[in-house]
Amino acid sequence: MKFVDEFRDPEVITRTAEEIRRLADPNRHYRLMEVCGGHTHAIYRFGLKDILPPNIELIHGPGCPVCVLPMGRIDDGLSLAQDPDVIFSAFGDMMRVPGTQGSPLEHKARGMDVRIVYSPSDALKLAKANPDKHVMFFAIGFETTAPSSALTLMRAKAEGIRNFSLFCNHVTIIPAIRAILDSPDMRLDAFIGPGHVSTVIGCRPYEWIAKDEHKPIAVSGFEPLDLLQSIVMLLRQLKAGEAKVENQYKRVVPWEGNRAALRAMAEVFELRPYFEWRGLGFISQSALRIRDSYAEWDSEQRFSIAGVRVTDPKAAQCGEVLKGVLKPAQCKLFGRECTPEHPVGALMVSSEGSCAAYYNYEHRKAMATSLAWPA
Amino acid sequence: MASLKPDAAPGKAPAKVRFRDPQIEMAHGAGGIASRRLIEGLFAPLLLGSANEPLGDSARVEIAGAQVAITADCFVVKPLRFPGGSIGELAINGTVNDLAVSGARPQSIVATFILEAGLATEVLEAEVRAMAQAARQAGVTVAGGDTKVVEHGKADGMYITTTGVGSFLSGVHINPRSVRPGDKVLLSGPIGDHGITILLARGELDLEADLCSDTRSVFPLVEAMAIAAGPGIRWMRDPTRGGVATSLNELARDCGLGLHLNEDKIPVRDSVRGACELLGLDPLHIANEGQFLAVVAPEYADLALNALCQADGGAEAVMIGEVHQQPAGSVLITTEYGGSRIIDMLVGDPLPRIC
Repeated sequence: MKFVDEFRDPEVITRTAEEIRRLADPNRHYRLMEVCGGHTHAIYRFGLKDILPPNIELIHGPGCPVCVLPMGRIDDGLSLAQDPDVIFSAFGDMMRVPGTQGSPLEHKARGMDVRIVYSPSDALKLAKANPDKHVMFFAIGFETTAPSSALTLMRAKAEGIRNFSLFCNHVTIIPAIRAILDSPDMRLDAFIGPGHVSTVIGCRPYEWIAKDEHKPIAVSGFEPLDLLQSIVMLLRQLKAGEAKVENQYKRVVPWEGNRAALRAMAEVFELRPYFEWRGLGFISQSALRIRDSYAEWDSEQRFSIAGVRVTDPKAAQCGEVLKGVLKPAQCKLFGRECTPEHPVGALMVSSEGSCAAYYNYEHRKAMATSLAWPA
Repeated sequence: MASLKPDAAPGKAPAKVRFRDPQIEMAHGAGGIASRRLIEGLFAPLLLGSANEPLGDSARVEIAGAQVAITADCFVVKPLRFPGGSIGELAINGTVNDLAVSGARPQSIVATFILEAGLATEVLEAEVRAMAQAARQAGVTVAGGDTKVVEHGKADGMYITTTGVGSFLSGVHINPRSVRPGDKVLLSGPIGDHGITILLARGELDLEADLCSDTRSVFPLVEAMAIAAGPGIRWMRDPTRGGVATSLNELARDCGLGLHLNEDKIPVRDSVRGACELLGLDPLHIANEGQFLAVVAPEYADLALNALCQADGGAEAVMIGEVHQQPAGSVLITTEYGGSRIIDMLVGDPLPRIC
């Protein structure tokens, strides 16, 4: 498969892994954060930890949109869809995320009209096909998915489709990275920068990380070789005592980003003064809301929403895991009350969530290879 | 689908119900962990008296001194027709395959049709014709059936349930507990074709691929392997819902051993890989309708593989892994460059990841 197989070539991967071993100072411990949940998933899926030297520690970052969404937002979205005239639509990613009364899938099992869509424009099609219903699209995601939400609302407005609205939970990546860096218990050496987000925002917004915080960052693709090459870039910078933004994912990420996508976002969205992130708390100017000029398509402006706040179970330590302070297995609930099938915290829900990825690939491997796994 | 193996001692007090899920979700039918919990925690203890026996694809019953393989299956698929097949063809082949991988020659099938009021006769006729043709091809008779009609909007057009009976091939004994370290894992051909074809045929994805369901009877392949290597065959399974990952995890738990797979040996067509990459799905979790897995004793492995490869439709068969002591009860997959990961059963329905 083109653009995939080249980046999984065992020979090149082995050579790159050797280069990493050459570059890494054996007397030093490296803490590299992969910001994006897609990277977390890829690192586990391809077993990359097995081929990295043990003094390179990869720390999972906040870039899993499902994981950072507070439970109250899910409750708010689902409460709107209690009305039998409302169709609740969302990406597959959202379907198993628990609200206080269960996940969208569980609501569907109880009779709610819940649909999985593959893009917001599919949700708009659903609205056109069901003129007697109101279709709400529960939008999540960083700058990766925000442009398609924006374009969908522009189309809804242009075509005058009024039985459609978007419940906006879009967040932005830069304030989250800043929150991580501001956290006093956090010590990081460098960042593996998010790939998909950067296709939209480009590399320029990361420059402060290098300039002000003196941390190297390499924007990375999602194949094994992409990630290893990014680690090589970061180790070279650390060895030379440099800190700059490098673009490993040049085949997809333009330095200046995607102007058309950014224009669409600016047309439809504005920054919220603040927004609550699960595990990180309130972060100012970290999320998007729909501008007044699109109020008619904004679920929050069109319907009255309770604005529920739900605190996570006290024992769950999602915040510490999200910030990289704790490893998933160090959380008190991990693998006991909280498993991928019955997630308590959101990090266990998405396969990009660090707890689910760790549970599926690493935890069971550790359990299985140490002693017998109960049959 | 998995059938329930009757307990040896009739009249024994039923075991305790351990199924605690408050309601039935789609996941309970997806073939993964939740399905297994429902079967082992509710159906088996109440209907079979014991859930300790490994659950196979068919049950073995004794009728007038003769051992007979019996299996039940039901088919709910949307859309009814898809590239490479249709619900009628699936109903025959799915039933035939459950018998085949139990080491039995499929003989006869009875079918029940649950039809939705308003279903066009031509649609029904096309499916009945498809069943007749698939039955002819597979060499089974359709011996009878039943029909029920439910209200409009209740059955996605039609559902089909089947019961199939077969006679055991002599010299073939399928039992997960006979699997030993050193045994080889064989796979009859590329995986994921059926599941991805159905996903694309639903038309919700704006994705197109030159891809067909792999629905077919696997009995000719099983028979070829049995003739060449019958005494060496320890276990077989057709990896339908939940895919190869789920079938092999069930085996690992039933035999208490570790299954090691080589990722680069597992054949996946580019179009299936591409769709899986785009949607964040793992081909190992995607359903198949015309492939099967076999665990064969090492001294018979080459014989079995050669027989498969030379049989009609078996050219793409491969050896994908080996049985080890550790990691006990788990499936470990190794990449070409030395990384490894544990492959779990499917949790819930496979849901595409977008953001």
